[in-house]
Amino acid sequence: MSKKRLEVSKRFKASFAKHSKTSAIVLLLVVLVLSLSACGGAGTNGDKSASEGQDQGQDQGKTKEKVLVFARGGDSVSLDPATVTDGESLRVTKNIMEPLLQYKPDSFEVEPALATDWKVSDDGLTYTFTLRKDVKFHDGTDFNADAVVYNFKRWVDPNDPHYAEFEYYQSQFGDIIEDVVAVDPYTVEFHLKDRQAPFLQNIAMDPFAIASPEALKKYGADFGRHPVGTGPYVFEEWKPKASITLVKNKDYWGGELGLDRVVFTVIEDNSARLNALKSGEADIIDGVLPNDVASLKKDDRFQVLDRPPNNVGYLGFNTQKSPFDNVKLRQAVAHVINKQGLIDAFYSGQGEPAKNPMPSTIAGYNDAIVDYEYNLEKAKQLMKEAGYADGVEVNFYAMPVYRPYMPNGPKVAEAIQDELNKIGIRTKIVSPEWAVYLDETKQGKQDMYLLGWTGDNGDPDNYLYVLLDKDNAGGSNRSFYTNEEVHTLLVQAQQEVDPAKRMELYKRAQEIIHEDVPMIPLVHSISSLAATKDVKGFVPHPGGSDKLTNVTIGQ
Amino acid sequence: MFQYTLRRLFMLIPVLFGMSVIVFAIVHLIPGNPAETMLGERATPEAIERLTQEYGLNEPLPTQYVLYVKNILSGDLGTSLRSKRPISEEIWPYLAATIELAFASMLFAVVIGVNAGIISAWRRQSWFDYVSMLIALIGVSIPVFWLGLMEQWIFANELHWLPSTGRDNARDPVQAITHLYLIDSLIAGRWDQFLDVVRHLILPSIALGTIPMAIIARITRSSMLEVMNADYVRTARAKGVKGFSTVYVHALKNALIPILTVVGVQVGFLLGGAVLTETIFGWPGIGRYIYEAISFRDYPVIQSGILVVATLFVLINLLVDLLYAWIDPRIHYS
Repeated sequence: MSKKRLEVSKRFKASFAKHSKTSAIVLLLVVLVLSLSACGGAGTNGDKSASEGQDQGQDQGKTKEKVLVFARGGDSVSLDPATVTDGESLRVTKNIMEPLLQYKPDSFEVEPALATDWKVSDDGLTYTFTLRKDVKFHDGTDFNADAVVYNFKRWVDPNDPHYAEFEYYQSQFGDIIEDVVAVDPYTVEFHLKDRQAPFLQNIAMDPFAIASPEALKKYGADFGRHPVGTGPYVFEEWKPKASITLVKNKDYWGGELGLDRVVFTVIEDNSARLNALKSGEADIIDGVLPNDVASLKKDDRFQVLDRPPNNVGYLGFNTQKSPFDNVKLRQAVAHVINKQGLIDAFYSGQGEPAKNPMPSTIAGYNDAIVDYEYNLEKAKQLMKEAGYADGVEVNFYAMPVYRPYMPNGPKVAEAIQDELNKIGIRTKIVSPEWAVYLDETKQGKQDMYLLGWTGDNGDPDNYLYVLLDKDNAGGSNRSFYTNEEVHTLLVQAQQEVDPAKRMELYKRAQEIIHEDVPMIPLVHSISSLAATKDVKGFVPHPGGSDKLTNVTIGQ
Repeated sequence: MFQYTLRRLFMLIPVLFGMSVIVFAIVHLIPGNPAETMLGERATPEAIERLTQEYGLNEPLPTQYVLYVKNILSGDLGTSLRSKRPISEEIWPYLAATIELAFASMLFAVVIGVNAGIISAWRRQSWFDYVSMLIALIGVSIPVFWLGLMEQWIFANELHWLPSTGRDNARDPVQAITHLYLIDSLIAGRWDQFLDVVRHLILPSIALGTIPMAIIARITRSSMLEVMNADYVRTARAKGVKGFSTVYVHALKNALIPILTVVGVQVGFLLGGAVLTETIFGWPGIGRYIYEAISFRDYPVIQSGILVVATLFVLINLLVDLLYAWIDPRIHYS
């Protein structure tokens, strides 16, 4: 190819003719270049008129519309909430579709949504929901008991034409729901095979929002691009990796809304997202880096909104493998971790030191537990008792990706490495790519590792059982912790319908876990959003997605 | 000419075949199972097993490859594992976004680069020459993400002249028809939106176009210098042809071939996805589409995405080769 070009250009030069007449081609090129520059000029002139046009537009009728532009770090995967597990999808669907119950705006306490009332039978196996009568789906069809039954059938029954793989249904309910029955048009009964204490907490999760059966039939597998529900906002348009636009549901059962339109835009880069807020292109942004929080707080054009923690970042041990199958050694490590120091250094103070595997926003949190204090002498003593007076060498997996609970795994690991050196634990930090990281920690190649968890339904089961029950060893329990007593407590708690008794079981489990140290909870991080001062009524929910019913913008 | 074009198009087949093998191999050799990556921290062995089955990842690799090629040949680019939608349906908007950005960047790069190069050669060793070649040197070495963020800071945050992210005004979005917003806004008859789209294009296309601009400026200068030392230019001068005319008419036409070659390569490079620029400016282009697919191990999207980009690259190279003959009819392809 290049040879050919060379030949061509050689021949070209060699055969240079003396005709000095302007060839049509050169003329054409000059015209082209000139017209291009003219275009460029028009472009710059255009800027001015465009910005004028925009200013005018803002004064005129068009922008009397109250529009909230919410910039976030990633796009949604699908807007069919039952099929997704990622926060960026659920954040949007929460405003389009609603479950029977929902969480209060600032906590995980359940309150009525599409169901006004609910009753539990004495044996804890039947739940009866009374439904709202004044609700229509966005496509004009009625919301009623049949619609609820239709949705649950779709999630459970592999023979249903609209059945798909529903991760959250599997993880939260498994096969515990025997049947869902429409008793009358506005009463639904759930029959369970077994008691499930967090049942109502689960029902209130975003994935279990009720979709319009007609729309499900109409769009089939493409429902995720055409979501239809009962929520405060109606889906309008989705431009992939750019924006999702929702418009106000004029007939919303919850009353008048403060916004006409909500636009979720995607700006992956954290600095660029902050730039968009400052330039006025976005009204609210999430994922504000801890470093930027301080300067935003000083700027009186903006407000910083802290999301209460619903996560835990932790340092885990492989408890099945030498040397950390030795509890004394694990305790020794627990005595050299300076959690507040880590939070100040790597979370810019945006976090709470953790002493339990779940945050204090979760019911059943055991506040009586006293954390291991930072004490090198004690740690060295424990090393001796563990039989490692001469020290030991281990590997230390540091997660390579950003998560709110672990903004910079490798740096956190280095800080911990320094401390461990002082008591003779020499660590080799490895930080493979994320997919590999997940794979290898699942196989148990790690001695120590960093990971975390973000809660789903605000229930203690969702932390303790998921992270530390032997049923999940090798899955979400990457410490391979298999304590029988803890297992008994956690399974018992899953069945216990009396909340007070149930919480006692969880408190006891936390005590054992504290003694055993299968992991050292490091931090419950507070993630921050930032908004202009014009945004009012935005309450960050600990669950990570917010219903924008009470939000408004402007004076 | 026709025969040549046909032969070149025919040569696409082995090129793309080889490419598909390489991409398939690389994609499947990177460790990490897509099912697991997608489930992340909440993966249970059963869920991974289920998804692996569903995606057909338990088939032997050769079987997967044959199936993949068979689908491609029947025009089926596959289905994204993540969004579960056909790639042929979802790829166009990304490609359109990238094409629009690449077009604007090249416009910037060619107009500025060629003219700067010509004037530098014409007024060589003048202050203009020194300054523009210094800028060109800085241009090729400047990190794109730094330039992009600086642009945003200065022109969007401080001066409020231009928007910092996206393709259109989120509060008054363009109705997507062709997904080329410059065209869509005109179809809608919205002149104000058209200008808004242009405004959104300016910062990212400068960020993305700076390196090609610098390269084009340098190649134009050296190519022009060579030609301007030629006898015929001196003759033209001697015959009283004015300076501007000598340079832009007589000299430029003979300096064009190397410039065109560089432009062709650069266009291909821009289409290949400017992940950094797209990420910083929230530009929903093909680079981000493929990049995100890589981190989620969305095999079909990586494979088909790269295939589409590679095809474009090869086609643009072909176009450049054909343009040689168009610029100078004395060039014949045999």
